[in-house]
Amino acid sequence: MKSLSPILKTTPKTSCFHCGEDCEADHIRFEGHDFCCEGCKMVYQILRHHDLGKYYQLNQAAGATQKAGQKTTYTYLDDSTIRDQLLQFTDGKTSKVEFRLPQIHCSSCLWLLEHLYKIHPGVQRSTVNFLQKKATILYSEEQISLRQLGELLASIGYPPEINFEDLSTTSKPKPNRRIYYQMGLAGFAFGNIMLLSFPEYLGLSSETEIAFARFFGYLNIILSLPVVFYSGQDYLKSAWFGLRQGYLNMDVPISLGILALFSRSLFEILTHTGAGYLDSLTGLVFFLLVGKWFQQKTFHQLSFERDYRSYFPIAVNIREADGKEQAIPLDQLQTGDTLVVRSNEIIPADAEIIKGKAVIDYSFVTGESVPVRHPIGEKIYAGGRQIEGTIELRVLRKVTQSYLTQLWNNDAFQKKSEQGAATHLADRVGRYFTVIILSIATLTLLYWLPTDLNRAINAFTAVLIIACPCAVALSIPFTFGNVIRLLGRQGFYLKNIGVIEKLNRIRHIVFDKTGTITDPQALHLSWEGSALSPTERTWLKTLVDQSNHPLSRRIRQQLNDSQITAIKHFEEHPGHGIEGVIAGHAIRLGSATYILGEEPGSGPSEVLVEIDGKYRGRFQFRHPFRQGFRDMIHGWRSQYRFSLISGDQDHARAALQDILGPEATLRFRQKPQDKLDYIQQLKQETNGNVMMLGDGLNDAGALQSSDLGIVIAEDTNNFTPACDAILDAKSFTALPRLMAFGQQSLKVVYFAYAIAAIYNVIGLSFAVRGALSPVIAAILMPLSSLTIVLLSLGLSSWLAYRMGLRKK
Amino acid sequence: MKVIFFLIGISLLVALGFLVAFFWAVRTGQYEDEYTPSVRMLLDDDLPTKE
Repeated sequence: MKSLSPILKTTPKTSCFHCGEDCEADHIRFEGHDFCCEGCKMVYQILRHHDLGKYYQLNQAAGATQKAGQKTTYTYLDDSTIRDQLLQFTDGKTSKVEFRLPQIHCSSCLWLLEHLYKIHPGVQRSTVNFLQKKATILYSEEQISLRQLGELLASIGYPPEINFEDLSTTSKPKPNRRIYYQMGLAGFAFGNIMLLSFPEYLGLSSETEIAFARFFGYLNIILSLPVVFYSGQDYLKSAWFGLRQGYLNMDVPISLGILALFSRSLFEILTHTGAGYLDSLTGLVFFLLVGKWFQQKTFHQLSFERDYRSYFPIAVNIREADGKEQAIPLDQLQTGDTLVVRSNEIIPADAEIIKGKAVIDYSFVTGESVPVRHPIGEKIYAGGRQIEGTIELRVLRKVTQSYLTQLWNNDAFQKKSEQGAATHLADRVGRYFTVIILSIATLTLLYWLPTDLNRAINAFTAVLIIACPCAVALSIPFTFGNVIRLLGRQGFYLKNIGVIEKLNRIRHIVFDKTGTITDPQALHLSWEGSALSPTERTWLKTLVDQSNHPLSRRIRQQLNDSQITAIKHFEEHPGHGIEGVIAGHAIRLGSATYILGEEPGSGPSEVLVEIDGKYRGRFQFRHPFRQGFRDMIHGWRSQYRFSLISGDQDHARAALQDILGPEATLRFRQKPQDKLDYIQQLKQETNGNVMMLGDGLNDAGALQSSDLGIVIAEDTNNFTPACDAILDAKSFTALPRLMAFGQQSLKVVYFAYAIAAIYNVIGLSFAVRGALSPVIAAILMPLSSLTIVLLSLGLSSWLAYRMGLRKK
Repeated sequence: MKVIFFLIGISLLVALGFLVAFFWAVRTGQYEDEYTPSVRMLLDDDLPTKE
């Protein structure tokens, strides 16, 4: 939700009526409102025109700024192949499409997007999914085309985000409704069977009552059939699959319990020898399903499976031989094509600049937030985002063969999700459990067999029934499911519950540098050289004021208190520097190559200053380490070993070695492939206990091949490479605490196991004597399950509280 | 007491009705987005203004 700060702030500045950003002095006034830019005013006009002014009443300044003024083109939506793959449904007249609209952020957005039909009659219905930031739109093909729809959304400030991935043939995951059906059915049967079994528990004697009991028994069988064969089928299948593969998983003892309960009940009811345990059976399945549902908590707004395809555009514009521009699907891009890239578009393949000013932002690739300016003729690697104006490039390599995307051809990306959400711990426990239970059951059988066959079978099945690891199977889903929720509140989002267990095995932590441990939001600027006089500072400020280069802007900010004077001559040399004449003095600013003719340096980003042909000193730019990084590492030193792999030069080596300790391995100038290789090598050395912290696409290989990959995200709505967990940058220094909590939560599971064991011992003491009545089972099993559920939830929440994970 | 058979039948039918209602709710996607409806219901439509 949008914060209210723009309203509460009592700044004398005017803020934009549409987006709430501060307005410059020369801002636009229109119909009595202030607007920061033409774009915001346009959106306002459209909304006014269609009587949708309520947008601004629901939330003040509800819009997103249109300052960047980028015009995303949607011409490719006319392409029939692209269109067919995007549409969810079409009959030629009416079509349905789902758009991702990352700008959705408040109730105004919701309201506006669901009233699209007021703006264009071709829209029949639009439904927003707020958390997923998606809108499903049903529209009439005769009145509006998909392209027009995209442009319509863009014109009101919600440009749809359409990626290369949307086109890939891999089917989109269908919503998982099965678990709800299974759970509903099991709950329904559980409740009714409980009710119908009730008379039996009270004891029946008379003739009619016994007739009732039989009738109820048959009803119970009918009710329990779908529970066993539909609701419980996943457990049976998984157990069978495990056995065929030759290993015992947690589902084996569960299935044994289900089958024992079912066959014994069937036998008792059909032979009129008892009431059976169908209430226990359905209750068991119901609780298990609730646990399964609980642990599947997903963070809708996050994706843990993204690769470069979800970052690259779906189509690109190329310039044909006859000079015309045309949109083609990205996978049809060929080497030698002339690519036209507009501002805010991503360069999807390695290419060479042939026209225009290239200012490329590589923050999603490397984490470096200062854009880089490239002169014509320079080679650019795929993945950067052009931020100013339009450029043309010649494609040097196809998309899949580019420097960065090659990474995904590595084997590390083939072994996807080897075990999903299942945990090692549960399977290990399941193995011992099965062995122990089967031996107890067999011993009981052998003990009674010589004296009493009936009793022997009775006791044998009773052991299997009572020992069914319901409580054990519930502890992990409820504890870890709760832990995922609690961690999510703190800005640490785990992919699934398997990750919690992995946290415990980590021994070695590998960091990326830029954007991971350095703060991309902050840029420190220091001056090295002879001190500048106030007049000289004025000259410098005047000069940098002429330039739009991000470093110039940062220098200008630094010289805040200086004045600006007149400038006579100004020239900009893209990729090198700027020069000008002020008050008769020739001043030059730029790279070391430009000023001193040095080789491209190995130092940090810097801008050298020359006044009247004399070198005066240099501004050095540095992203500082994130606040609290040093303390965080200090607290961690006894637990872990550290490494650092950075794509940068090694100018920060000394400082980092000091922080990470003398034993830490530091590697600089690492290519994405080197990072991947290093992690794999490290994994062999440490026996698979490597955690990788990274942020950009260049870390994707390392994140994927590590045992636990964590991505640091400044904004969790943005692109993040595939990983096991996403950490909000704001919570960066809390990571040791969050990890410790994850590790401690394992103790909750062990504790619950101990309690479950006590219940089992009590139950078994009845079972081995062949004295387990349905009433005892019906009390003991739900009771133990409930205890475990409450314990798991309560203890993990209490632990979180104790460890200082308060609600934010 | 024979009436019990009849009553049980009725009660099961009622319960079944709720089960069907639940299935219908799941099938129409009501469990896929548990957040947006809570906001949507707070947004009133203005009365139509005369052209």
